[in-house]
Amino acid sequence: MEIPREKLRWIYERMVLIRAFEDRVAQEFAAGKLPGFVHLYAGEEAIAVGVCAHLTDRDYITSTHRGHGHCIAKGVDVKAMMAELFGKATGVCKGKGGSMHIADVDKGMLGANGIVGGGPPIACGAGLMAKTLGTDQVAVCFLGDGAAEQGTTHEAMNLAAIWKLPVVFVCENNLYAESTPWTYHCAAPDIASRAAAYDMPGVLVDGTDVFAVYEAAGEAIARARRGEGPTLLECRAFRYYGHFQGDAVSYRTPEEEAAYRQRDPIQRFRETVLSQGLLSEDELDAIDAAVQHEISEAVRFAESSPLPPPEDCLTDVYVSYPVEQLAFRH
Amino acid sequence: MVVTTRVLSYRQAINEALRLEMRRDPTVILMGEDVAGGATIKHIEQEGAWGGPLGVTKSLVSEFGRQRVLDTPISEAAFIGAAVGAAVTGLRPVAELMFVDFFGVCMDQIFNQGAKLRYMFGGKAKVPMVIRTMIGAGFGAAGQHSGCHYSVFAHMPGLKAVAPATPYDAKGLLIAAIRDDDPVMFFEHKMLYDMTGEVPEGDYVVPIGKADVKREGSDVTIVAISRMVHIALEAAKRLSGEGIEAEVVDLRSLSPLDEDAVLSSLAKTRRLVVVDEDNPRCSVAADIAALAVDKGFDYLDAPVKLVTAPHTPVPFSPSLERYYIPTPERVVAAVREIV
Repeated sequence: MEIPREKLRWIYERMVLIRAFEDRVAQEFAAGKLPGFVHLYAGEEAIAVGVCAHLTDRDYITSTHRGHGHCIAKGVDVKAMMAELFGKATGVCKGKGGSMHIADVDKGMLGANGIVGGGPPIACGAGLMAKTLGTDQVAVCFLGDGAAEQGTTHEAMNLAAIWKLPVVFVCENNLYAESTPWTYHCAAPDIASRAAAYDMPGVLVDGTDVFAVYEAAGEAIARARRGEGPTLLECRAFRYYGHFQGDAVSYRTPEEEAAYRQRDPIQRFRETVLSQGLLSEDELDAIDAAVQHEISEAVRFAESSPLPPPEDCLTDVYVSYPVEQLAFRH
Repeated sequence: MVVTTRVLSYRQAINEALRLEMRRDPTVILMGEDVAGGATIKHIEQEGAWGGPLGVTKSLVSEFGRQRVLDTPISEAAFIGAAVGAAVTGLRPVAELMFVDFFGVCMDQIFNQGAKLRYMFGGKAKVPMVIRTMIGAGFGAAGQHSGCHYSVFAHMPGLKAVAPATPYDAKGLLIAAIRDDDPVMFFEHKMLYDMTGEVPEGDYVVPIGKADVKREGSDVTIVAISRMVHIALEAAKRLSGEGIEAEVVDLRSLSPLDEDAVLSSLAKTRRLVVVDEDNPRCSVAADIAALAVDKGFDYLDAPVKLVTAPHTPVPFSPSLERYYIPTPERVVAAVREIV
């Protein structure tokens, strides 16, 4: 599949931006600057970016607890994201969502989700909206290999199939549901083959190869836009960090990690575009530098932003509700 | 303007509210198990099979078609969650959870997704959806098809909850719920479907969050919910024969709660009985009692009495089920204790 040069630049910039964001979040978290906890996406960049390369702001995605990469690939503002992780009033969710619920509906990003398997029914709803109103919008549902075992995922795949909804299910198989290997928790030889149960195409993709993801997602999304119904993509990749920051990752061996780092998605992209003369080393380096600057600015913005005033706890629960009943006897 | 009213059943009033809102707003869709019925079966494609298990949505498919009256698989988590997703992205779905007791299989989509999205997203999203669901004992449907359980939903921030007791309120509250920009749980008591009453033609709104005094009185306030409003009215009639005039306040909305209506009636009568078919622990009834003690303590001349279901599941046998459901006799006895 021929990818326009501008799109290639975008793909590289987004992948590098996700990596830099996550590496910096890991540092800030280790320094004790972030409340709560975080699940990082580094290593899986090719999936979010290869898929979202086919989407516009009018298309929707649902995400997972590991959602920063999906946000960035969907175009959510990185400064507002960083501020959200710092719990600041300038955060994209005004400091009310945090890492696990980070969202920006204006960008079609329907939320990271603290509930494994929470997103698939919601993606069906976005698809149902498009079908009901006769638009060409699509909804992409990112889910992990852990969510592949949730009932909601299976119910949603069936619903999307019988209603021929414009939904693409992208299962990011990063090999471990928390610490449990997918080969233990999944009865099937692969997750993609489960698509057969719902009479939809199921495609196994190398999730460290952004070109492979781009091509498979392009077909699935085009199919959805044509009104031909859902597809299940299983993209295999590897998360460089643990399940969450603080996870000692005792369930993986150093050899396994080293083998996967040989297949780093960003490195692979660089090698491909350089060897084929699609982009130059100078332009890639310039993108790297711009990204580093953008991340530094984002952290500066987050650190210098104010915390939300405490009484903001009471806003945004409802569109309309008596405020004294929200405060109760506070 | 002359408003024409007719006598409709509670079932017909709900059906009419759905029909009027679907005519008015093309983004309103219905979804649920058998809401039309018989999807894909050629000879009933246009008229549907059931219109819901008790015929509440009957004939809507004939007017609005299968694209807007969607039979779903028995996958409550998927279709309730799809209603959430559709609401966030621009539709006004009305999903039917056939019996409220089924919330166990889809609660995550209701309370972790639908109820919390707006808040977690910092107010950027709205979730204008309605979940219609059937409540109540009296049908011999036993443990998994007879509960009220609205207390569970009234407890949850992000959800509104309403429980109409009359055809008039059912129509006006459902129209209000569909137009509301927040997720609303709409509780329909299955023993009220055949109850009739005057209902205006055309659309009108009963505001969410407003209680209604269904009978005025000066000696005791009886706050009641859904079918229990009629039990309270029957008790009030009997008490009147003894010279006790009870004021019956129909809550109508459980969240938000019309605290002013409860407190102003209490200020007048100085005595309070709450009648609730839901289980008593952490219930709306207990919440009303707490409200009276907290904000109405100076009005109270007697202890607050609760007449509720026992802390048990709904039993099957008629003798047991009769014991379970609050009766006018129990309400009368509770009033006599404090008047």
